[in-house]
Amino acid sequence: MANEPKKPLLAIAGLTRRFGGLTAVNGLSLTVGQGELVSVIGPNGAGKTTLFNLISGLDVPDAGSVTFEGRDVTGLSAERLAALGLARSFQHGRVFGNLSVLDNVLVGAHTRLRAVKPRVPVVGPLVELALALIRPPSVRAEEERLRAEATEIVRMFGERLTPRLDKPAHSLSYANRRRVEIARALALHPRLLLLDEPTAGMNPTETAEMLEIIRGLKARGLTILLIEHKLDLVMQLSDRVVVMDHGARIAEGLPAAVANDPAVIEAYLGHKAVGAANQDAGQDAGRGRDATVPVRIAH
Amino acid sequence: MFPTTLGPWLDYTINGLVIGNIYALLAVGLALIFGVSHLINFAHGSVYMVGAYIGWLCVTKLALPLPVTFVAVAAGCGLLGAVIERVGLRPLRNAPRIAPLLATIGLSVVLDQSAQLLFSPDPRALPTQLPTWRIAIGGGSIGALDLLIAGVGIGSAALLYGFLRFTKLGWAVRATALDRDAAQQCGVDVDKVNRTVFAIASALGGVSGLLVGMYYNTIDPNMGFQAGLKGIVAQLIGGVGNVPGAIAGSLLLGLIESYGIALFGTSYRNLFAFVALILILVLRPNGLFARARRLPPEPLTGTFIAPSRPLVLPKWAVWALAAAALALPLVVQQPYLLQTLGNAWLYALLALSLTLVAGTVGQVSLGHAGLLAIGAYASSLLALDAGVPVLLAVPLAGLVAAALGTALVYPSFRLRGHYVSIATLAVGEIVTLVILNWESLTRGPIGVTGIPPLSVAGKPLVSGQWVYWVPLAVLLAFAALQSRLLNSHLGRTLRAIREDDVAARSYGVDLNRYKGLAFAVAGFIAGVGGALMAHFYSYINHETFPAPVSMLALTMVILGGLGNVAGAVLGAAVLVGLPELFRAAAEYRMLIYGVVLLLLIRFRPQGLLGTV
Repeated sequence: MANEPKKPLLAIAGLTRRFGGLTAVNGLSLTVGQGELVSVIGPNGAGKTTLFNLISGLDVPDAGSVTFEGRDVTGLSAERLAALGLARSFQHGRVFGNLSVLDNVLVGAHTRLRAVKPRVPVVGPLVELALALIRPPSVRAEEERLRAEATEIVRMFGERLTPRLDKPAHSLSYANRRRVEIARALALHPRLLLLDEPTAGMNPTETAEMLEIIRGLKARGLTILLIEHKLDLVMQLSDRVVVMDHGARIAEGLPAAVANDPAVIEAYLGHKAVGAANQDAGQDAGRGRDATVPVRIAH
Repeated sequence: MFPTTLGPWLDYTINGLVIGNIYALLAVGLALIFGVSHLINFAHGSVYMVGAYIGWLCVTKLALPLPVTFVAVAAGCGLLGAVIERVGLRPLRNAPRIAPLLATIGLSVVLDQSAQLLFSPDPRALPTQLPTWRIAIGGGSIGALDLLIAGVGIGSAALLYGFLRFTKLGWAVRATALDRDAAQQCGVDVDKVNRTVFAIASALGGVSGLLVGMYYNTIDPNMGFQAGLKGIVAQLIGGVGNVPGAIAGSLLLGLIESYGIALFGTSYRNLFAFVALILILVLRPNGLFARARRLPPEPLTGTFIAPSRPLVLPKWAVWALAAAALALPLVVQQPYLLQTLGNAWLYALLALSLTLVAGTVGQVSLGHAGLLAIGAYASSLLALDAGVPVLLAVPLAGLVAAALGTALVYPSFRLRGHYVSIATLAVGEIVTLVILNWESLTRGPIGVTGIPPLSVAGKPLVSGQWVYWVPLAVLLAFAALQSRLLNSHLGRTLRAIREDDVAARSYGVDLNRYKGLAFAVAGFIAGVGGALMAHFYSYINHETFPAPVSMLALTMVILGGLGNVAGAVLGAAVLVGLPELFRAAAEYRMLIYGVVLLLLIRFRPQGLLGTV
């Protein structure tokens, strides 16, 4: 039913994380192919953010494995994974409040520092300190280049952010902070971008803008794993949708197919709604499974 | 040293349990306070000291019977606790999380210094009115006072259990500890809960002070500092906020100390507690009795440092100020004035160092005076014992302080927030205690005398102008270097760690590497500062750089604005220079610092020039 995943960039197998009695992620498996945009949806508390924390190295799974570009990265630290090309945004927004917008984006480019951070064993930190103080031409050139690039990334968000380049992030609106987070993630030049509810707290206009931005990133060939509650956006952007409930995958497939899956409807609306939805669909097309009328999944 | 029969060991055990009981009275209060307000109360030791002095007044001046003394101490300290909560902490409820912690430090300084002014710094005897019989138990013995302390400990624990278990207010306390917001929504008056908890905790702390005073038959205004730390250590061993854990941790700490003294001698007493603290923080940060892995910490949105807009001095103003400072000795010739300002510049080096770690990286260090001590001892001993020329010994001392300071704090890098402060405080104490005890290297309590002055081409730089110029030149050089560092990619990286360490890690920032770098640079600056102090003072001992110097440095840094290089210099000039120039009597100086710290936290947490 789904188009076969291309070469998997990210492969997760049997991932499990327990908190005391609660199993937040329960034997979850999923793959994301190169250039794909896969959305993870599910009711609140389904374990989506825990899944992101496990993939991005902020939390360690109790069982299962994470493979990134064919390499087992289970249990690697967040900083190592960032160096491998994994960038993420956070559900509630974690910008660096007292840093300017530009500096926020520049921290995103930290893993790409080469001239000022040469790979020297043992005395590496001291070399970095010396280079930061002396600033030879190569270091200055690198800093200039990154600044120019960071400014360019911020320009993607147009008039929303560009005039605020030197303002501290704590002075920005909520929506703007989310934009800064995405700009910061892009500065890492990610191989895989994890977006945790990028439009949370945004109004419809802002959401539409964000949709266009994500669409643009996808068109540039970026691989994206997206957590999102706004199903309109999920339906428009995703190549595939994975539905989670109680930490497990309950459905996976093309956006339209998933939206009509009875298990999904039950997870979102409760058991009673399944019959109602099927009835509606049945009246319309005869068979619930193939219904073309999209189920309105309220949130 | 090694007792071979059982008798002395029984004595040490009894002694350890008695001391443990006293710590328990402190630790239980700290655990209760942490439970309801998530605050580690550094003023608790001072309440304990106040308890001892109220007891002393009752026993020696009013000649009250012992039970009345106990009631008076509990009531007086309970009232003090309620006042501390109402005046010092409740206004800070919505302030950044560091604010209440710093406020308790300020309160502790104010209480200790007031006691010193009222009762003089000299120790006083606190005689017990108890009979002097002792019961012999298999070679050891127990006295009436031991039994009283055990009785008070067990009795208070039982009363507290009853209160928490069976009274409505006790339920409210437990509900608040579990979930403050939910309790408030259910109609619990959390202010009243807080006040009650502070009163109970302080009453227990005061009684503990009284018992210790009677046990050792001596009290002094500074007795609270170490005791408060011990209470905190005991509480951390048991797991913060855990009342039964605090009792178990206290008894364990008492035994560790007692056996440790038996094996190594009295002068090591405090070392055991602080080493135990560091071990616990590093190996079991949730305490001995916590379950293995907890939920990952909630995201802290914009936490430690208040949002602020720093005042940026224009370049020409910086140059003009530096030039004016350098030219001052040409106009002003009073040696006393120049010496005072020179001393201010030396302290500014400490502030510069602290503002880097506490301000820029957000690791609020409370043991920074330890770095001065390392630098001072390294330089003096290199010059005196190894024959290194002073001009070379000073930068070498900076390197020693950088390496040693970073290595000592390294185990604590994984800690966050308040725990960093406690760990660095312990490291500072450990440095002092090692200096005191490692006599073959440091000459122990005698100190180092006859430290040669700085000299260039055989000409010693000891006159008024040099005492001013040398520190100022070094200070300007370090301030310029630090500004340049903050302007580089390191500046934004270090500040990103402060703002949100989880997000920083997710973008590839290796926390240990950058915290290490910051502590190394800070250690170098403070080490050079300490070395210069040693060569100007010509005599140092383990008390030249005591814990209050760390508090003073923190006050300077907050006064100037956390992370602010110009602010650190300004803070040192104001706090060291002004009291001296106004000839404020020395004994009032620490009190002034404490009050300044409290006022800053309450009314201008971003400092004069703003957080950077």
